[in-house]
Amino acid sequence: MENKVKRNIPDEILTQYDYKPFTTTEIEGMPVQRELPAFKATTGANKLVDSLTDLVKSTVKDGMTISFHHHFREGDYVFNKVMRIIIDNGLKDLTLAPSSLTNVMNDIVVEAIEKGVVTNITSSGMRGSLGDAVSHGALANPVIFRSHGNRARAIETGAIKIDVAFLGVPNADAMGNANGMDGDSAFGSLGYALMDAQYAQTVVLITDTLKPYPNTPASIKQTQVDYVVEVDAVGDPEKIGSGATRFTKDPKELKIAEMVNNVITHSPYFKDGFSFQTGTGGAALAVTRFLRQSMLDNQIKASFALGGITKPTVDLLEEGLVERLMDVQDFDKGAAASMHKNRNQQEIDASWYADAANKGAMVDKLDVVILSALEIDTKFNVNVMSGSDGVIRGAIGGHQDAATAKLTIISAPLVRGRIATVVPDVTTVVTPGESIDVLITEVGIAINPLRQDLMAALSDIPGVPVFTIEELQQMAEKKVGTPKPLEFTDRVVALIEYRDGTIMDVIREVKD
Amino acid sequence: MEIKKMAMAGTLESSDIQIMLSAGTNGYEFELESDVAKQFGDQIKATITSVLQAYAIDNAKISVVDKGALDLVIKARAVTAVQRALEIVDTPNWEVL
Repeated sequence: MENKVKRNIPDEILTQYDYKPFTTTEIEGMPVQRELPAFKATTGANKLVDSLTDLVKSTVKDGMTISFHHHFREGDYVFNKVMRIIIDNGLKDLTLAPSSLTNVMNDIVVEAIEKGVVTNITSSGMRGSLGDAVSHGALANPVIFRSHGNRARAIETGAIKIDVAFLGVPNADAMGNANGMDGDSAFGSLGYALMDAQYAQTVVLITDTLKPYPNTPASIKQTQVDYVVEVDAVGDPEKIGSGATRFTKDPKELKIAEMVNNVITHSPYFKDGFSFQTGTGGAALAVTRFLRQSMLDNQIKASFALGGITKPTVDLLEEGLVERLMDVQDFDKGAAASMHKNRNQQEIDASWYADAANKGAMVDKLDVVILSALEIDTKFNVNVMSGSDGVIRGAIGGHQDAATAKLTIISAPLVRGRIATVVPDVTTVVTPGESIDVLITEVGIAINPLRQDLMAALSDIPGVPVFTIEELQQMAEKKVGTPKPLEFTDRVVALIEYRDGTIMDVIREVKD
Repeated sequence: MEIKKMAMAGTLESSDIQIMLSAGTNGYEFELESDVAKQFGDQIKATITSVLQAYAIDNAKISVVDKGALDLVIKARAVTAVQRALEIVDTPNWEVL
């Protein structure tokens, strides 16, 4: 059947997964039933285990769901260590439920799929050789892509039942008190892993730095942890976060960033006590710089900045321009390091950050968010998941969740090389157009017709031409030409859920 | 017109295209490498073909490495490659340009 964003969801998918089609971004009053795992109580006498291999053998059985976090990003050693043991032990039919999959995990996941070790995956995203393999039908069952907030919801409600969580931490004591901010492989906030620690049936902490008991501050607590294992190294500090954040010199990115700043400062939300979230990437970081100057010039302070935190945002906190950082993950070393000295940099879990199935998440109080897009269509629907060739190469991240902000801005170039960003129909709908308020490109902006109130506020900003989104789409097409439509088979290789667990779109196997 | 020597134009920078022409005997024989081949492969070949036809070249081996070039770039690189291959760089065919 066709859902609200006019995507055709095969009936057998709706039946098999008991999905309701996506209808609305409004979730007020959604009934929720939480599901907690059963477990055996312990006083913790035998938590510290010598052999990771033995522990994996004794805890993981065929058909189980196992989870990991991706806070070590491209510097992760834990995922490969554990998956190697699992593959070598010939386990079968596992469901992989990490918070996301980074490139450093690709090869071993592809191997696990080929050997039948992994037959189901749910993740925020995937890229590279893994995305390519899945798009070519390698995995037995469709991947389920969930946003960070939706993963929290799915874990809380039992849609994801984690049997064993393998959580790498840069420090822990023998009872399992751990945080993400101390040690050689510190990454800052443990935001996504906190869900696994709270809800997995068995929680295994893997660390390279054993601390004297009790280890504080403790983000993961001993009350949640079954086992602690010490290994040589949990991560490569050089690859965990990017180093010094560089200010973009790309004139196109700077122009977009300047327009984003203009749109924010001319919007009704730019007033004392406002809140905002920016992503990473050249344009988003540049926006933070422009916004800083605007806040100084207008004597405006923000109440909080949300989501993935970067050093430029920490600078705003230290300058007193932002009162609180609500930190679910840290993208660079500066942001990770500052958790120590800045008590107003609050670590938050994925549920607090973005979950639609609790009693209020931070995104519900968010005024302004700047998000990116691989594609955006004339209905303002956004794709951050499939590339221009139809192959999976992205992640939902917090996109759907943060897009519920009062002013949701998509910043993107009109075209990338010969690929149009503004298109008649996105390949895959991830975030519905009704969430998106303004598209900002280097040639000008388009305001969602649903937001007539913004039309008046944003129509006469010097240097910010306003177009309809159809005009921007035509401009892009005139530049690059009309692409030949992509070809897919009927086979569904991935499902895109909305943050409330309804189904937004499916991704089909590419035809080469 | 006959191709007199193997000739190349363009670079491997993003948004550029590198076109190499050499003598052929069997019409236009394309070898195309491009990240956007699925969506624009046919159009890239059509643009180069139209340039070759404008110079009345009947046979050529055309090796193309495209880095997402726009149509006007493809045309410019094709014209340059043809003029080099025909050794008419000093006396360009203005009507084609």
